[in-house]
Amino acid sequence: MTSSMSHPPNSQGTVRVEPDGPQAQSTYLNNGYGWKSWLFTVDHKRIAILYLVSISFFFAVGGAFATMMRLELATPQGDVLQSDSYNKLFTMHGLVMIFFFLVPSIPAVLGNFLLPIMIGCKDLAFPKINLLSWYIYVIGGTMTLYVALTGGVDTGWTFYTPYSSTYANTAVVPMALGVFITGFSSILTGLNFIVTVHKMRAPGLTWFKLPLFIWAQYATSLIMVLGTPVLATTILLVGLERLFHIGIFDPTIGGDPVLFQHLFWFYSHPAVYIMILPGMGVISEIIACFTKKRVFGYSFIAFSTLAIAVLGFLVWGHHLFVSGQSAFAGIVFSVISMFVAVPSAVKIFNWTATLYKGTIEVTTPMLYALGFIGLFTIGGLTGLFLAIMSVDVHLTDTYFVVAHFHYVMVGGMLMAYLGGLHFWWPKMFGRMYPEFAAKFAAVIIFVGFNLTFFPQFLLGYMGMPRRYHAYPEEFQVLNILSSAGASILAVGYIIPVFYLVWSLKWGEKAGPNPWGAKGLEWTTQSPPTTHNFDRIPVVTEEAYAYGHEPTITVGPGDDNPNPHYKGSTHV
Amino acid sequence: MWKNFPLLPPSASTMAVQIDAVWWFLVALTVVMTVLIFAAVLTFVVMFRKKNDGRVATQIEGSTQLEILWSVIPLIIVMGLFFWGTAVYVQMMRPPKNVMDFYLVGKQWMWKVQHPTGQREINALHIPVNQAIRLTQTSEDVIHSFFIPAFRTKKDAVPGRYTQQWFEANEVGTFHIFCAEYCGTKHSQMIGEVTVMTQEDYEIWLSGAVAGESPEDAGKKLFEGMRCASCHPIDSAVKLIDGVAARGPLLAGIYGTEVALKNGGKVVVDDTYIRESIVRPLAKVVAGFEPVMPTYEGQLSEEQIIQIAAYIKSLKGAEAPSDGAKK
Repeated sequence: MTSSMSHPPNSQGTVRVEPDGPQAQSTYLNNGYGWKSWLFTVDHKRIAILYLVSISFFFAVGGAFATMMRLELATPQGDVLQSDSYNKLFTMHGLVMIFFFLVPSIPAVLGNFLLPIMIGCKDLAFPKINLLSWYIYVIGGTMTLYVALTGGVDTGWTFYTPYSSTYANTAVVPMALGVFITGFSSILTGLNFIVTVHKMRAPGLTWFKLPLFIWAQYATSLIMVLGTPVLATTILLVGLERLFHIGIFDPTIGGDPVLFQHLFWFYSHPAVYIMILPGMGVISEIIACFTKKRVFGYSFIAFSTLAIAVLGFLVWGHHLFVSGQSAFAGIVFSVISMFVAVPSAVKIFNWTATLYKGTIEVTTPMLYALGFIGLFTIGGLTGLFLAIMSVDVHLTDTYFVVAHFHYVMVGGMLMAYLGGLHFWWPKMFGRMYPEFAAKFAAVIIFVGFNLTFFPQFLLGYMGMPRRYHAYPEEFQVLNILSSAGASILAVGYIIPVFYLVWSLKWGEKAGPNPWGAKGLEWTTQSPPTTHNFDRIPVVTEEAYAYGHEPTITVGPGDDNPNPHYKGSTHV
Repeated sequence: MWKNFPLLPPSASTMAVQIDAVWWFLVALTVVMTVLIFAAVLTFVVMFRKKNDGRVATQIEGSTQLEILWSVIPLIIVMGLFFWGTAVYVQMMRPPKNVMDFYLVGKQWMWKVQHPTGQREINALHIPVNQAIRLTQTSEDVIHSFFIPAFRTKKDAVPGRYTQQWFEANEVGTFHIFCAEYCGTKHSQMIGEVTVMTQEDYEIWLSGAVAGESPEDAGKKLFEGMRCASCHPIDSAVKLIDGVAARGPLLAGIYGTEVALKNGGKVVVDDTYIRESIVRPLAKVVAGFEPVMPTYEGQLSEEQIIQIAAYIKSLKGAEAPSDGAKK
């Protein structure tokens, strides 16, 4: 068994000859080439690449499901697909995108790759558990694909009982098992991140010197560890109910179907913060770099992240305003949901304020970050509509919810993921992507996204219910706009695949810090060595110490000339 | 497709106006905030774009005053909205004293309604205008949700418990009923229409007939009112209903013919068979169809069944010219 951890640099038998020099740089990428060196790796960076490939595959699968749905919805009649096929498509789209793309995307790809480097350590606390989490993800994903190929499941990604537990005739149990298994992948990643951030920060890197990306990953990990077990329990109960009719959810044998909704949303509402918080962390990094400024109100952003994570656990009842939940419970959940608006608004204002008096470079990651601010603003404000009970009664279970959710998840989270992927691509692979093609794709995605999802706000207000295979004719124009937007969006997603793969071989060499960014990940070579740093760095400066010469001293022997350095003015 | 292209839902209930007021305030808030953020971002990007003039970014750590300002102002706004929205919601929970009680049962995939006077309807609801109506609802199988967008009202029908919603229509007309909670294969066909009538028309509707109407005309109205056509095509050119194969046999030209039955037998379609099919629909199911039709026993008087039979008798077969073919 080879272990990539045990090799000192330059001890490999295979040496890749670089075109521009005889001395091959030792990196995590050329530290072993065989399939074993990847599938048995414990290097967090290689595991991140494994995740990158896997989640990109699942994104393509989920996107294909969405494409077929939008094709069906171009006409009011259910003429392209049977009702059952359509129902399976939206179910599988939701399941694949949420559990196999959105939840793992930023934590498992960018977080895995960057978290140890950004806090100045060699790897995560438990490298083998990290690999295990990927294998668990793959097993869960394989089960999901198996279900998709052998008939699918039609309960909606929400698995509402008693439909899922008693009435559905599709592969509910295998699918639930797939989601159940994949949950453990999240839990292990979260656990690994929490321990790593607590125990393995480089000397001098105190909590309030951490990059905001790390704060976001930390908050996300807390939710993953605390919330996912509830989902696992809930899904287990659905499986048991279905197989053995034990009477948890089925009212005909004494169960309560609404109990399922409480349990499900207790995880699944915090889960939307699992999906969005890491994206917010990425945005803070990108904006700081391309304004060459400290993030405005660092500690307020950090605490707003924690506030969202905590409040996120107390708002699940806003999914149940029309389910028969008591009016009093509804009022309590409504007011707590409204509170979430405050930390969310604080973030938006701080990012916007960071732009002020910066030196702004509108690069591709910055385009995504600016797009994120705009789309997340819309996504967040439309959340208020759904937190206010009297308006939610009309809007819930309509396309308004679909639009709101996609503005946050696709307009917010996916924009952040793509921005982060472009931002750290040079670090991950040592090559620059072609800037023009990347900007072009970013603009296409922005336009396609808005055309796809904005009409759905109007459809929802007019009352078109979600999950409808056929619909009244007066909704057709807006549905056609949405389907047209989806085709543009699909093109926008395909372009990056080409130029990013192209850049791996032909992209311009990036060097350690192509953006002139601050942060430990930019002090090491691109791509980094297997152990990330030659020597463990000692951190003496705050996060985002832009405007000053580098003050990071490398090596334990160096004396720090100014340990209490604060490089900023206060307004 | 452009003929019928509304951008706003009809507003036809007393609560709709109040709910829309909150909605429009939220829309205005969203537009103003989004425009402000976009404008600030664009202005800063233009003003502070990096140029080769040697300017360096001014480092600003933050501002506690600003942070407090932009935390407290949103907090005040959302709390104001919360109290306003909740006040409206409390009204939505409290029907007036003179409310009429209707009963509603959802099942895969139809809505069954019973009027206070005993009449029953399926996938249709006839109500008088300017009269508060309370629905007490439940489900026979999975969770459904009874949604009338024009009234801005919706409530889940949950098996094993009763839920309630009330509304008071203030406009005469016909509006959509949707099932809003995903309930399986034909979720998108679990739809219907609510017909808001004047008090007089509602009385006439309740009595089941209009004076001087021919049995065929009365039967046609009943046929439409009971939404029989949501399963039974009445035009041989119509192959699909709401985009799926019809659930019931084609009725045009069926009268007097002999049809094959699911159990292998045959039967001549006459008044007796039509009556039996309405009252005990599962007794003789036509071959090729599933036994899904609910009974209408007790929902239609004998006179009304005669009228429906008369209407079916009047439906001509395929050889008759048809203007429904353009669909």
